[in-house]
Amino acid sequence: MNRTIEGSFQLIGGDFTNAGESSMQLKQKLTEIELGKDIIKKAAVVAFEAEMNVIIHAAAGWLRYYITKQELRIVIEDMGPGIADIELAMKEGYSTAPEWVKNMGWGAGMGMANMKRNCDEMKVDSVVGEGTTIDIIINLNNS
Amino acid sequence: MKLQDLANKLFLHTVSCDKGLSKDVSGGYVSDLLSDVLANCAEGSVWITLQKHTNIVAVASLKNLTGIIIVGGRELEEEVLKQAEAKEVTIMTSPMSAFETAGMVYQLLHESKGSEESC
Repeated sequence: MNRTIEGSFQLIGGDFTNAGESSMQLKQKLTEIELGKDIIKKAAVVAFEAEMNVIIHAAAGWLRYYITKQELRIVIEDMGPGIADIELAMKEGYSTAPEWVKNMGWGAGMGMANMKRNCDEMKVDSVVGEGTTIDIIINLNNS
Repeated sequence: MKLQDLANKLFLHTVSCDKGLSKDVSGGYVSDLLSDVLANCAEGSVWITLQKHTNIVAVASLKNLTGIIIVGGRELEEEVLKQAEAKEVTIMTSPMSAFETAGMVYQLLHESKGSEESC
């Protein structure tokens, strides 16, 4: 596999009904190309947490993936409120999700930590009032 | 142990994807925080929760869970059941509390593992 396999999904903020759909499709794709069970497990968690962040906090966003021989890269870009303090947002237990979202069992402040634990590299760029981009790499060789 | 055996012994009411009852149950997890389940629930487990909105289907599907037990006699909306059918996620309900359900699941899994080892 020398070429890059890539694809993207559009995410709609507030669309809790279809939440997880993109992640499930990505998981299906990774299963089809036989990426390996552990990689797929990690990617499923990363993608779903990222997807939920967009649905909870942003107006809209994109989830893009790029698969090469070496790595699976997942990039989530949103048009949202942005993150003022990224270090704080990465802290387990910190959440700005509204109460009703917390009542659904989301917004426990575990999402970013879950993403970080399930990847090899994670880069968060954010501009308040514009949006957030999270760039994640899962290495394919050390599973 | 098969999900069907567990469902029979706990008198669970299966509300979606009957065919999943033939799957093996390898463990259990109790949580109402979805990120906690994503982080810590092992593949092949039954997930005991009182959350009953549509996102539980995606969680179970993405984590390859064997099934979900909704406790406290809560009823699920048609939309959630449709989604569960489409994604082949087996959901069962019980009038028991999470505590009672988890206790029974734990004991049954423990017994079944013991009998498998002695065979």
